[in-house]
Amino acid sequence: MDVVKLQKQLVDYRASLYHEAFLDEQFTQLQELQDENNPDFVVEVVSLFFEDSERLLNELAKALEQQSIDFKRVDAHVHQLKGSSSSIGAQRVQKVCITFRNYCEEQNVEGCLKCLQQVKHEYSLVKTKLETMFKILAAGGSIPM
Amino acid sequence: MAGGGCSKDTAVDFGDQPHVLAVDDNLIDRKLVEKLLKNSSCKVTTAENGLRALEYLGLGNDQRSAMEGTVSKVNLIITDYCMPGMTGYELLKKIKESSVLKEVPVVIMSSENSPTRISQCLEEGAQMFMLKPLKQSDVKQLKCHLMKCRS
Repeated sequence: MDVVKLQKQLVDYRASLYHEAFLDEQFTQLQELQDENNPDFVVEVVSLFFEDSERLLNELAKALEQQSIDFKRVDAHVHQLKGSSSSIGAQRVQKVCITFRNYCEEQNVEGCLKCLQQVKHEYSLVKTKLETMFKILAAGGSIPM
Repeated sequence: MAGGGCSKDTAVDFGDQPHVLAVDDNLIDRKLVEKLLKNSSCKVTTAENGLRALEYLGLGNDQRSAMEGTVSKVNLIITDYCMPGMTGYELLKKIKESSVLKEVPVVIMSSENSPTRISQCLEEGAQMFMLKPLKQSDVKQLKCHLMKCRS
């Protein structure tokens, strides 16, 4: 596949991610931070986000399985996830976290379980999208942002 | 950004490459703030919580009189507000209680735009309050503000 076609594919794909609110302006900030000294910055930060989120989602599942749920603990995990998703621009994930925290405050188990499903879903969507984008980037070498 | 007039106590001279201590319990945020600061020509040390930050600054529990009469290692401390254990506000208070460190500007970051929280921090002596997620323009503005404060 020639570079021009790849470039167009990348531009279009990235545009769709913003359009569908998977990503927001904060992701652009991340891209602007990347430079010759740190050419892999975006991939590094996003990989950290994947690792950290997966850990948090596991912790959340465990915490919500308990006989007596520690809502403070659940909220603390959601707060972390909300923070990191916000920092990388994963808007949809962040939005679910806001609702999730409200249910924690209300100590609403059903609401929390629903949100856990939703946040897992949104997370896996954005992960797939970002991985696809990185694949396009990798196929075409370093395409200027 | 040279200023006229007399310069303040040079114990915390900002200089060209300020050394910043960034405190945040979130791994992604730590990496982000580090890059933002490095992009603004700062030297950066990160800490994952208030206790580690205090230890680094020489104010740890077992370091009581170790710092007497010495100059601060850092020119600026930037800390998240919401952290487990010691909050950014509590960290700010400890720093302001220290004779060596109280002149070091402290900036608080938070994802919550709470007026009470903001005034609470400013009243306790925080230099600035910044809303997360941080952008490059925020850090540039921060640097300008702090360099002006110098003189």
